[in-house]
Order: sequence, then structure tokens, then C-alpha cells
Amino acid sequence: MSENAVLEVENLSVRFAVAGQQITSVSDFSLSIAPGECVGIVGESGAGKSQAFLAVMGLLAANGRAHGSARFEAAELIDAPGAALDRIRGARIGMIFQNPMTSLTPHLKVGDQVAELLVRHAGLSLRAARRRALEMLTKVQLPDAERRARQYPHELSGGMRQRVMIAIALACDPPLVIADEPTTALDVTIQAQILALLAELKRERRMSLVLITHDLGVVAGLAERVAVMCAGRIVECADVTTILRAPTHPYTQSLLRVAPHSAGTDI
Amino acid sequence: MSGPLLQVTDLQVHFRVRRGAWGRQTLLRALAGVSLQVRAHEALGVVGESGSGKSTLARAILDLITPTVGRIVWNGSDVARLAAGERQQLRRDLAIIFQNPLASLDPRMLIAEIIGEPLRVHRAELDERARQREVAKLLERVGLARAIAGRYPHELSGGQCQRVAIARAMIVKPRLLVCDEAVSALDVSIQAQIIELLRTLKNDEGLALVFISHNLAVVRALCDRVLVLYLGRMMELAPAHLLYGRPLHPYSRALFAAIPIADPDIQRARLSSTIRGEPPSALTPPPGCVFQTRCPHAIQICRLKVPVWEPAGEARYVACHRWREL
Amino acid sequence: MLEEHGRAAGGFWRQAWQRLRRNRLALFAGGLIVVVILAALMGPHLSAVRYDSLDWEAIAAPPKLGGAHWLGTDRLGRDLFVRTLYGLRISLVIGLLASAVSLIIGVLWGTIAGYSGGRTDELMMRAVDVLYSLPYLFIVIILMTLFARGSLIVLFVAIGAVGWLTIARIVRGQTLALKRTEFVDAARAIGVGPGAMLWRHIVPNLAGTIIAYATLAIPQMILFESFLSFLGLGVQEPLPSLGNLINDGAREMQSAAWMLLVPAGSLVLLLVCFSIVGDALRDALDPRERPS
Repeated sequence: MSENAVLEVENLSVRFAVAGQQITSVSDFSLSIAPGECVGIVGESGAGKSQAFLAVMGLLAANGRAHGSARFEAAELIDAPGAALDRIRGARIGMIFQNPMTSLTPHLKVGDQVAELLVRHAGLSLRAARRRALEMLTKVQLPDAERRARQYPHELSGGMRQRVMIAIALACDPPLVIADEPTTALDVTIQAQILALLAELKRERRMSLVLITHDLGVVAGLAERVAVMCAGRIVECADVTTILRAPTHPYTQSLLRVAPHSAGTDI
Repeated sequence: MSGPLLQVTDLQVHFRVRRGAWGRQTLLRALAGVSLQVRAHEALGVVGESGSGKSTLARAILDLITPTVGRIVWNGSDVARLAAGERQQLRRDLAIIFQNPLASLDPRMLIAEIIGEPLRVHRAELDERARQREVAKLLERVGLARAIAGRYPHELSGGQCQRVAIARAMIVKPRLLVCDEAVSALDVSIQAQIIELLRTLKNDEGLALVFISHNLAVVRALCDRVLVLYLGRMMELAPAHLLYGRPLHPYSRALFAAIPIADPDIQRARLSSTIRGEPPSALTPPPGCVFQTRCPHAIQICRLKVPVWEPAGEARYVACHRWREL
Repeated sequence: MLEEHGRAAGGFWRQAWQRLRRNRLALFAGGLIVVVILAALMGPHLSAVRYDSLDWEAIAAPPKLGGAHWLGTDRLGRDLFVRTLYGLRISLVIGLLASAVSLIIGVLWGTIAGYSGGRTDELMMRAVDVLYSLPYLFIVIILMTLFARGSLIVLFVAIGAVGWLTIARIVRGQTLALKRTEFVDAARAIGVGPGAMLWRHIVPNLAGTIIAYATLAIPQMILFESFLSFLGLGVQEPLPSLGNLINDGAREMQSAAWMLLVPAGSLVLLLVCFSIVGDALRDALDPRERPS
């Protein structure tokens, strides 16, 4: 229970009402994230890793209920009123999702989508917001940023769209960013670029990053701590070196067995 | 049969694309010259990222797309010149499974109907009961419970859907199976299971495989030889153990360097030296070697001349001006 | 599967039925339609009074439940209740048959055009465009005056002949989208021929759209027939149709309002019920709709 934790989740559980029954997708989830720390949440699909953080953000489906506590900047997020969450999402907590094609608005130019956030949360004028949006897009290494800012999402490649998503997530300089499978849908060389970008941005801004993924290699380069989830529970949580070199839980060991290990090409 | 089952020579597939409502028509070269061979019992891996043309290659082999240039020879016959009856036989001999297992199954059909459909096409003499017997046999073969037959696709997991797709592909005993990113959408543990199933089918039934993927780890687990594609062109072809031991082409090396490794020190070091840039547009490919815009070793000749596809050792080929010195 | 999406188990149609069942209004409207259909089919036979029998003692009698004429009579003493039921029967038959015919033609046209693609698709859809732009009301009027006036067959052909255009367009668009799905690709790879492809894969996946459209087309057809009958071009006297009943009633509106309200009310009720059910069906059959 750290005093200056950016996000403090305690005993979070998430249940869905399906056909008259209650299905538990997350139980007993407790995690504390320090400022500037990157925590990897690793598990296979269905492990509940996305649901846990959707619950924290107040983005669960209509038939889902969250119980427990998630404290962020001295406010309780679970069951907080919609207006309060709207102020926090985007401005104080940035979000990066897996599929940028469906997360970006198809009929708005990408530059405007970044600017929109700044107008809404930072109160900038449209012109100032557009200027800052261009800075952000350059910061995320979008090639030819000025021209691309005037294009629509479908005109950009997957990697470029993901850079735009990162720009949107970081636009208001949030202290916490939640990235849910940010590179899963990308080609492997582009994935490496995006991971390198995230590493650099995290270093520069001292922001906390929650990195949700099924790939241990992805957390290896970015996270300081890793929480391994299985069937809705955290089965092991330790610093990244321990998890990757000397895991104690059998599930973690099984994940490690199928992950690529050595340097060079002999994988 | 000593010759190769499948022989593809200089395959090119061009699409005509119109830019905007009044723009001029340009040519999108999805495949710009691919040649390969596959023998029985052999698994050929095709590795590439988006824009490499690998899905177009899969569809061209299955005769779902007509090549613009080039020949595809199956079992000694030119695919483009087949009579109707022979073409049906081709559909029986070649099978394909796709990347998104759920999307490849008709959501309105029961699993039993889905798996049994090839029998309705190719073995119409069978009645419903005989068909269902075959379906039950295939379900067992791919490791699914019989009860699955009465369900709908959306009630199954991704891994189960892919097994259904494999059962459907195998029910008419094909000789070549093309796997177009068949395990990319599945969890890692399920991937291993599906790969194991494919390997068993390959060994037991002499099935030839063309396994298309961007995931080098998975390709290694299954394939004997590997072909690396970039922007519709061949970069390198080698037996798997040679490629994984020492890749020659800079793009192959970049692919290997980009794989996330589950070791913190190694991965942090790799992240600080990633390849730059994006693949160029297939509408305006760069002159000379298509990889030169991102290649850390590009020199003047790379920008001017297309590298020759040349032998580089034991059953290896490479298309690079500088492979000898790198 | 369940945990990630919170969806109920069961087949596609079962899920749709569950969604539909939860819509009380739609169930009520559907029940009402069934009642009306039953009444329209059987009602005239149960009543002692015929639709064209004249009751000189009760000319223009107002409605009196429990009396001889429940919903009153018209200017010629004909029982309005029986005539309305009869009119409903004719309207329903024409509406349902005309919808069925236009649906069949439209679906065939649209799926063949969409699946063939290329030149065939262009030709077929240009034909639709041309027909769409014709002022079909005038064409129907001309047809009705040229051929046997009052012939139900001609009326029914005239109505159905233009109804297929919209569904053809809708179906063609959806067929184009379905053609690009992976399961259609997979079926082509298996060697499924075009006929089997349409029948086994395309049409069942259009079922949702077709059903929803049908429930909206039926009231349109009924309304169109009523309109033609109102103009005097459709069903002829003494055969009642909701349209000519409304026409008669409109003339007596000032003095004997029930002569208008009874048939007009029935028509409106029927159309509203069909619209409600159509909307609910469309929502229930959309697989992307989350269950509440």
C-alpha cells in the first residue's frame, strides 16, 4: 500500500450477468502502480486482463458490474459518476487500444482527432490545439506528420494509426497510460518500432504505463514489474527479471516455455 | 511421383486501382515475380509482413485469383488450362485455412454442415448419413468432441474454430494445404496445439504444406524450407535450419531482430536498434531493390538495379547485391 | 467465449428469438396482427350478415355494441363490421401476396447481380435504376385502365411489379459485402458452384434483412392498394376494401363519422402493428445488437 501510488487497485472483481447467471471474469485483483513505473499485465485471452482495466476506466459492457476499489489521484473510480469519469479519461488517464482502425473516428482527420482532445480537456483554442496536435504527432515519429495530420484514418497504415492513438493518449500529458495489446495487430518490425517509441516516451515523461499483453517479449523491454493473470486472478506478481528468469508459478513457467528466448537468430 | 506437386513460376498478380473518383488508374503489383516449388511431405514457410503479397500468393495458388503473369503447375498440369472436370479435381486436391477462424465459417450453418460441405461438392453420391459418419471421423481426427457437430461457430473458441476449418479442409483428402496466417489470431498455447496437429497431418498423410506467417517462431516449428517475401518480391529462400542459423538478406535479419525476446536485458538492447521506416506503397515501389529505403546497408547500386535471384549455397537463394560481404 | 462478451449461448435464431421476446410492445403488436388475420379470415363466415346484404331498417346506424350492427352500418345499410373484416381480408391477401412476389423477384435479382459482379451487375442494376425513376403511379393507373378494371390479379401484379426494386438494391449491396467474407472465400476454395453458393451461403445470411424488409413492405403494399381503391382504381364495389370503405366514409365524415373511423382506424392499427414488429425483428436479427 504505497502512499504516492498513481493507481491503487484493491480487491477488484468484475462480474457479468449472462442469461440469468453471474460469470466472474476478474476476482481478487489488487495492484499498486508507482509514478513513472511500467507494469506489464500478462495472460492469455479470457484471463480478464482487459476487463480489469475496463472496469477501472468505467468502460464495462452494460451487463458488467465491478466491485472493489480503484483509487486514482485521491478519487475513487469504481462506480464513479459518468461526468467525473469523462473528465478523467483522456485527460488524466490515456488509453491505447489494440485495434486503431476501430478506435479512431473514420470520418475525422487524424490531426483533428488529437486536437479535439486538447480542446475538450485542456481548454485550448482550435488553432492552438492543432499546433500542439502537430507537435504530438511529430513526437510519436509519424512520418511526414504535417501532411498526415490532414489525412483520414483509412489512408494511414496500421503502424501510423497506432502512432496517432499514442499521440491522442499522450496529448494532455496524463500521469497514467493504459495500453491494451497496443502492438498485437501490427507487423513484427512495426511492433518493434512502436515498443521502442513507448520506451522512449516513458523515459522522457516519467509517466506510469500499464501494458496489457499476452507476449512476454513485449513486457521484457518495457516493464519494471509484471503481473501474470490466469482465469481472472493474478497468479504471480514480481519484478520483470524474476518473472522472466526465475518464475515460481507453474502457469508463468508454461508461458515462458513457449516464448522466444535467445538472442540472435537461433530462436 | 518424383517431381514437385506444386510449381509456381514467375507469378505476378497486378490489380488496377483508381485513385479517387477522377484519378488515373495505376497498377498495384501485389506479387511481382514469385517462383517456388513444393513436394509431398514438405512444408514450405512463406514469411512476410503486410504488403508482402503473401495472402495474394495463397489465393493465387488456390485458383481464387487469376495470375496476371506466370504459371502455376499442379501435378504436372498448367492450372490455367484445366478443363472443368479437372478443375473440380484441383479444388479437391488443394485446401486452405484462413487467419480468422470464426470468419471462415458460415455463421448460419451448424458445424456438421460446415465440415460436410466439401463432401456435397465432391462426393455427391454420399447420402446424409454417410456424410455425417465422415464428419464424425474428421472431428475425432482433429481432436474435437462429437458434440461440437451440433453447435454454431460463434459458440466455439478460436482454437476450436480453426480445428473445424482444418477438418473441413481435410475431409476430401487434399494433397496440399495452404495455411494463410492460420495461427496468428490464436493464443500461444493454442498455436502450439494447432501446429502439432498440422505436423501430424503432414507426417501421417503425406500432406504438403504452404505455411504463410509473419511469425518466425511458429514457422520454424513446422517448416522445412522458408521463403521470405517483401513487397511482392522474393528476398531469400533457404532450408529452415540454415535460415535460422544465419540469415543472409538484410530484411530477414531485420525480421529476426524485431522478434520480442523474453529477456529484459536482451530486449532493451534490441529496442534501441530497431529498423526504421515503413514499407513503401505497392503502388509506387522504389527503383532498384525494393528494400533499399529501409536497409541499413543500402548503397548506390541498390537504388539503381534490381538484385538478381541467385544461388547462395546449399539449396539457398538470395536477392541482394551485397549478401556476400554482409 | 461468454466471459469476454457476456453473450447468451444458443443458435443465432434462438438468440434472435430471445431478443424479440423481451420486446413486450413487439409481442403485443404481433399478437394483435395474428388476431386480426384470424378475424379477417374467419369473421365474415361466422357472422350471419353478408358483406353486401342490405338492412333497410338500419341505414346509417351508428355503432352499438350488443346491438344488431356492432360497428354501425353505411348509407346502404350494410354492416360495417363485416365489411371492414372483409376489407381487411382483401387488403391482407393482396399485401401478403404482393410482398411475397416482390420479395422473390427482388432477392433473385439482387443476389444474382451482386454475386456476378462486373458487367452483369452493372446491367441489372441500371435496369433497376431506370425502373425506379419511372412514375409508377401513372403506370399503374394506365395498366388498370387498359386491363380489366377491378381485376384483382392485375391489381396485384401492378403493385408487386414495382415493390421489388428497393429490396433488389438492398440485397445486392449486402451480397457484395458477403462476397468478401472469408467463409465465402472458403466455400469457393472448396469448389462450391454459384447456385449452391447463393442458396446455401448468401441467402441464409440475408434472411434477417429479408424478413425485416418483408414486415415493412407488407404495410406499404396494403397502403398502396388502399390508395388505389380509394381512387376507384382498385377493388370495385360491392367488394369492400379498406380503401373504398375509407372513400365512402370520407364522404359521410360530417354526419356519420364512424363510417370513416372504423375502416381508417383498422388500417392504421394494422400498419402500426406491422411497423412495430418489423422494427423489432430488424433489431432482434442484428447479430451486433447486444442483449439487454
